[in-house]
Amino acid sequence: MTHQRSTLVVVGHGMVGHRFVQAAIERGLTETHDIVVIGAERRPAYDRVALTSFFAAESADELSLLPEGEYDDPRVTLVLDAEVTEVDRAGRVVTYVSPAPGDVAEPLSNPGRVETIAYDALVLATGAAPFVPLVEGRDKDGCFVYRTIEDLEAIRVASATATSGIVIGGGLLGLEAANALVQLGLETHVVEMAPRLMPVQLDGSGGATLVRHIEKLGVTVHAGVLTEAITGEDSVAGLRMRPAGTEEGAETSTVEAQVVVFSAGIRPRDALARECGLDLAERGGVLVDEQCRTSDPHVFAIGECAAPAGRMYGLVAPGYAMAEVVVDALREGPGTFTGADMSTKLKLLGVDVASFGDAFATTPDSLELVYSDAVAGVYKKLVVAESEDGSFRLLGGILVGDASAYGTLRPLVASGIALPANPEELILPASRGSIELGMPDEAQVCSCNDVTKAQVVHAVAEEGCEDVAAVKTCTRAGSTCGSCVPLVKNIIEEHFASVGKVVDKGLCEHFRLTRQELFDVVAVHGYRRFDDIVEAHGTGRGCDVCKPAIASILASQFNGHVLDSDTRRLQDTNDAYLANIQRNGTYSVVPRIPGGEITPEKLIVIGEVARDFNLYTKITGGQRIDLFGARMEELPAIWRRLVDAGFESGHAYGKSLRTVKSCVGSTWCRFGVQDSVGLAIALELRYRGLRSPHKLKGGVSGCARECAEARSKDFGIIATEKGWNLYVGGNGGAVPAHARLLAGDLDTETLISYLDRYLMYYIRTADRLQRTAGWIDSLEGGLDRVREVVVDDALGLGAELEAEMARHVGSYFDEWQATLEDPDKLSRFVSFVNAPDTPDPAISFTEERGQIRPADSEGPVELGALIPVGAPAEGAVR
Amino acid sequence: MSAEWERVCLLDDLEVERGVTALVHGQAIAIFRTHDGEVHALGNYDPFARASVLARGIVGTRGGVPFVASPMHKHAFDLRTGRCLDDETHSVPVYDVAVEDGVVLVGRRKQAVA
Repeated sequence: MTHQRSTLVVVGHGMVGHRFVQAAIERGLTETHDIVVIGAERRPAYDRVALTSFFAAESADELSLLPEGEYDDPRVTLVLDAEVTEVDRAGRVVTYVSPAPGDVAEPLSNPGRVETIAYDALVLATGAAPFVPLVEGRDKDGCFVYRTIEDLEAIRVASATATSGIVIGGGLLGLEAANALVQLGLETHVVEMAPRLMPVQLDGSGGATLVRHIEKLGVTVHAGVLTEAITGEDSVAGLRMRPAGTEEGAETSTVEAQVVVFSAGIRPRDALARECGLDLAERGGVLVDEQCRTSDPHVFAIGECAAPAGRMYGLVAPGYAMAEVVVDALREGPGTFTGADMSTKLKLLGVDVASFGDAFATTPDSLELVYSDAVAGVYKKLVVAESEDGSFRLLGGILVGDASAYGTLRPLVASGIALPANPEELILPASRGSIELGMPDEAQVCSCNDVTKAQVVHAVAEEGCEDVAAVKTCTRAGSTCGSCVPLVKNIIEEHFASVGKVVDKGLCEHFRLTRQELFDVVAVHGYRRFDDIVEAHGTGRGCDVCKPAIASILASQFNGHVLDSDTRRLQDTNDAYLANIQRNGTYSVVPRIPGGEITPEKLIVIGEVARDFNLYTKITGGQRIDLFGARMEELPAIWRRLVDAGFESGHAYGKSLRTVKSCVGSTWCRFGVQDSVGLAIALELRYRGLRSPHKLKGGVSGCARECAEARSKDFGIIATEKGWNLYVGGNGGAVPAHARLLAGDLDTETLISYLDRYLMYYIRTADRLQRTAGWIDSLEGGLDRVREVVVDDALGLGAELEAEMARHVGSYFDEWQATLEDPDKLSRFVSFVNAPDTPDPAISFTEERGQIRPADSEGPVELGALIPVGAPAEGAVR
Repeated sequence: MSAEWERVCLLDDLEVERGVTALVHGQAIAIFRTHDGEVHALGNYDPFARASVLARGIVGTRGGVPFVASPMHKHAFDLRTGRCLDDETHSVPVYDVAVEDGVVLVGRRKQAVA
């Protein structure tokens, strides 16, 4: 057993290279390996699949898969803007050219220098390059490819002065490019040599249906034509074409355009492998075995540059699968890659298209079932085969215009189970037929993450998952492309039905309504009292589930005092006494310290209060100070001292905003680019006291180093040179989640309006005790949905949500100060109703490390002779 | 009234569905007034959490049974019998209660119901 660390070099930092590093970190490979990633682009990995959304994005950061620019794990080094020039397999050394380190201030003065690095294992993830056919004029100004953010930036610049554009290639990527040109306002043409669009995925009828949809959007489709030449002097003026299959000299036609985008396929980037003598596949790509190992056992290849069994895979999911296999191989695990499901489902220019399995009925004796509605623009085809027992099995299919059945159909191909007697009902519109599907346990539900039905059922039956969001977290099913989410939902419901469990989204036995519905009911009717709500919409007298939920809803909407006479008996443990109950029934006290900034005078007050009341003190994770061991009857006196010194409630006891953590920011830190402390204080003061479905935490970091750990918060803000990046949906705890980018480079005003909307939308629509991460997962569309509502204001709710937040901000008061001013609220802060000053004998302390700690309790403690029986009672009863 | 009964507070001191703690015969007793006007007295000590806290729990009904949910880990106790509704093997003591002339009195511990 050696303890020497190994070095793993990854060439390429695209989606697959990034996934590989993520998996390596997650699965502990960095315990034994240092990883060096060398990427050729100047940006870290970004979502190339969503490239078209670049034009709608506020900044390139939105597409980034690694917005911080570095991995959380210090054992991973990322070298960007560097080109690997040589692999010496005998010496196991990689040579690359990179900008010289330490010369960041003047990158242009230094053209980069040659570096070498020795490896124990090498992973090639160099991806693919666009294929540009040998067409006359392809080098003219105005010709582009469609692969990187830089390509899109160049297309955008050229489009500013252009009126029309042509995409060469009517495949998947070509239609994406056409979408980009439409978004840029160009009159758009698509030229495809095959007689139909998406010739790899669609048949003639499917392609024709797609053309009708796309032409409605103003895109002109030229299918079955050959590009003869790009015309023009130095720059593009147009494209000359003739019908495919005709000889040169046949009649041609010309389309005018100033922009031409080549999107005629991709080729593996295998030059490096070729130069160092690795075996290549016949049609290009680095030949690898089932473990993605090349002809050199120390070298692996994954993603589009690899050719497992000689075949190249141009989709991201197989690349991800290969990444996992190599991590497995390096950990001496059994994983293999034996081919991938090439099924595709996507929205192209707003049209649903899916193709899966044997879509072209190439299997001998296969039969086709077709449903076509030309008026509605829907085309669906199933390819089936009859088995020996007379039943039918699904081999594949094509869906255009309505791909909602994809989630149900695709797994049927993989599982090979018998179809019902009337398989046509699978593709009929839902109103005309519905069908019960019995999927076998081993059927694959999620092809992106290889999750079977049995695993989903296990998560529901054994792990206690009750909804899609929980199953997603537990199994990863539906967490990548999301196409199987409806199926996962069906499986969950089917399972509950089979065990006789009523799937009831109601809050508890007293309310059939969900929290969201209750929230709306309160808003519509303006209820302020639990009794009115339970009488009108519930049964019984409530419980420890619905009462705090309703208390929270009332607080969110009306911001009354939680100890008002109508609401105080609804409050949960901690809200009921405005403090955090601890194991022995005492409480802890947390004054607010906004942004973690505190004066020496205030620190001294906290110290004095703790000393005088003999409280245990501890610094919290939210940059404040917790004082433990206060008896309930001591709370008012403690708070009197704190309020007099200028402190207010920290709401550590509430399902409400806790803290907005900050790093020291640009005021002190030599790296800071913005005043993170100032913003954190402003945000903490803005949202203090805001009651929500679960606790809320925020963080603000003054630069990309992220010292405030903002991405582990429900809202995290990271300073950029231009403003602020806003991340949402993070949390620590048992199921940690990293916040994801909602919007980038915001000015402070826009940031606050987005935050107002985001928080209010969450408060309105989340389930009880659902944190922001789970809430985002539970929304149809996930983070994109949040962005639509918050950033694009798709629901037109923006102003309303902001107004609600403004109402909260305007009506804020310190609830401890208000409590101290109200004898009625204070009356319950007594140990015994008949002996208000007698401490509860059940509470006792011992000492540890110079401070108090609760003594363990053996059972109820009797006060016995300490208090004369009857005496305090006589005194207390007036 | 015999000496076994102890006056603890006025009925008006008891808010509906919000408990108080009283010191009776040296013991911490949780006293609750439910929505239907009944007054119940239970030992204040939560046997699961081993802490004297039950009076601070939320009061409600479960299938018609009046109960208090411990503020510690939400174990539910039947206000009439003291029995834990989540775990039949645990219960808390229950005490006789009377209301006379607007004064709440707590008496002896009731015998456990078989």
